[in-house]
Amino acid sequence: MEKSVKFVQGNEACVEGALYAGLDFFAGYPITPSTEIAESLSFRLPKKGGKFIQMEDEISSMCAIIGASLTGSKVMTATSGPGFSLMQESLGYAVMAEIPCVIVNVQRGGPSTGIPTHISQGDVMQARWGTHGDHSIVAMTASTHQDVFDITVDAFNISETYRTPVILLLDEVVGHLRERLDVPPPGDIPLIERLRTSCSEGIDYHPYLPREDGRLPMSDFGGVHRFNVTGLYHDMWGFPSDNPGVVQGLIRHLVDKIQNNVNLLARYKEYHLEDAECIMVSYGASARSALHVVESRRVRGEKLGLLELQTLWPFPEQIVREKCRNAKHILVVEMNTGQVMEMVKSSVDDPGKVFLANKVDGIFISPTDIRNILRVVQGKGV
Amino acid sequence: MEKCRLVFSGSGGQGVITTAIILAEAAVLFDKIKAVQSQSYGPEARGGATRSDVIISDQQINFPKVPQPNVLVCLTQLAYNKFSTIIRPGGILITDPKYVVIESKLAARHHEIPIYKSVMDQIGLPIVCSTCLLGSVLGLTKVVQYKSIVKSLKLRFSGKILETNLKSLDLGVGLVGGFEGIDKLAM
Repeated sequence: MEKSVKFVQGNEACVEGALYAGLDFFAGYPITPSTEIAESLSFRLPKKGGKFIQMEDEISSMCAIIGASLTGSKVMTATSGPGFSLMQESLGYAVMAEIPCVIVNVQRGGPSTGIPTHISQGDVMQARWGTHGDHSIVAMTASTHQDVFDITVDAFNISETYRTPVILLLDEVVGHLRERLDVPPPGDIPLIERLRTSCSEGIDYHPYLPREDGRLPMSDFGGVHRFNVTGLYHDMWGFPSDNPGVVQGLIRHLVDKIQNNVNLLARYKEYHLEDAECIMVSYGASARSALHVVESRRVRGEKLGLLELQTLWPFPEQIVREKCRNAKHILVVEMNTGQVMEMVKSSVDDPGKVFLANKVDGIFISPTDIRNILRVVQGKGV
Repeated sequence: MEKCRLVFSGSGGQGVITTAIILAEAAVLFDKIKAVQSQSYGPEARGGATRSDVIISDQQINFPKVPQPNVLVCLTQLAYNKFSTIIRPGGILITDPKYVVIESKLAARHHEIPIYKSVMDQIGLPIVCSTCLLGSVLGLTKVVQYKSIVKSLKLRFSGKILETNLKSLDLGVGLVGGFEGIDKLAM
């Protein structure tokens, strides 16, 4: 089968990726700038036999996808800042109960209702620490429609593999931009289906007893096994426990299953890093502007490079450290007050060479903005 | 080819965003070159000065916005007042005299095209003004192939509505000097 060429918005590229990955349940509450995801799925999903539900709010949307995932569906919801805030409590539940799900947050300016129709990348830390309690999480992003498609498929695969919520942190510019997308024929990108228990009916099934490799086979809720699911610390049967050994064992498992696989989960792209004296670290739409500067300055022989991060959490510290080792300057290009810059600073050998090129007024950071900051960093003045 | 950067501006409802999408879509789907399209969201897209940016190129397009267009279309006075200064010196400025009165001279090649009047005189349906504009942009820039625009229109319209739009497209081309240099027959 041939690939199919489309001219679509980034939000629609995310929809194409989700459908390719086998999405069969979506619950959501449309909100700018993510609305096109719900809009498009409202007619695309039922056509392939899936379920689309418009919920009364984002709290119930998150709860609905958790329930649907437990029954064996591949699930997703999509929102923006205010809705993402409302989802935090049940997001923690999904972390605790180890329920695969994909949450798309097409970022807009915040806090609160903020600036709905304009770009921001201000939810990076919220994706990491928005829900309470010690935990680990996966958050990914992309800057082009082809990458949005690929990373969405990836998000489903990771979510099913590690039994974890995966957050897709898109932004308004990528979400609303129209550009080319090639949807590959089915089968081109491998899909990972969740591990299901081999225990048959009548055999005692332990929903939270990890195998030797750390993975927990699932049984579809409403199927042949009865088991408990809770947000409390729980034993291998899923029943609440305050046994210190059980509590410590579970938190270690929840954190380790992600943190021990940082490099496996890391997705990134690199441009001209080999000999780069100044390396830009960026992600999402900002990486497009950064790449524009890198490509145009390379023509003049300036040794600029770009490290585009696609996995933001767990933060690929080792990769960032190694890639940036020989750079004189590291310029973090992002649309917030330095959320990823702080992570880059704590990753590299010399935090003193890390600078921030940002913009926080709702207007997309342009190559000119970056070039102006670059001049100052390079000691050329304004 | 040279990178062509266009900004379409006007009032919400005039079809400037749809025009931009059809043009960029024709480039990507049928001319097999690169194009990106973005637009203003929020209240201004429903009135006020709405805007859509398009870049068409055979090279990879990273930064998708157009701070300085080669081609600027202004279909209202408000849009003209707000955006006219961003045009690249020597660029093409397109306005419709029904809506825009030019107050100061710009360093641009200015085309005052009576789109609204011509469409009303010859077709009688103001809704196809945007397709007429598309024809004029095509005639002046030749940035995509005529047949690609037609194919792109066919994705959206059929029957009588398609016919009227195609007529309006040809009218737009005619208003800026006709089909010289445009391969109309190679469908």
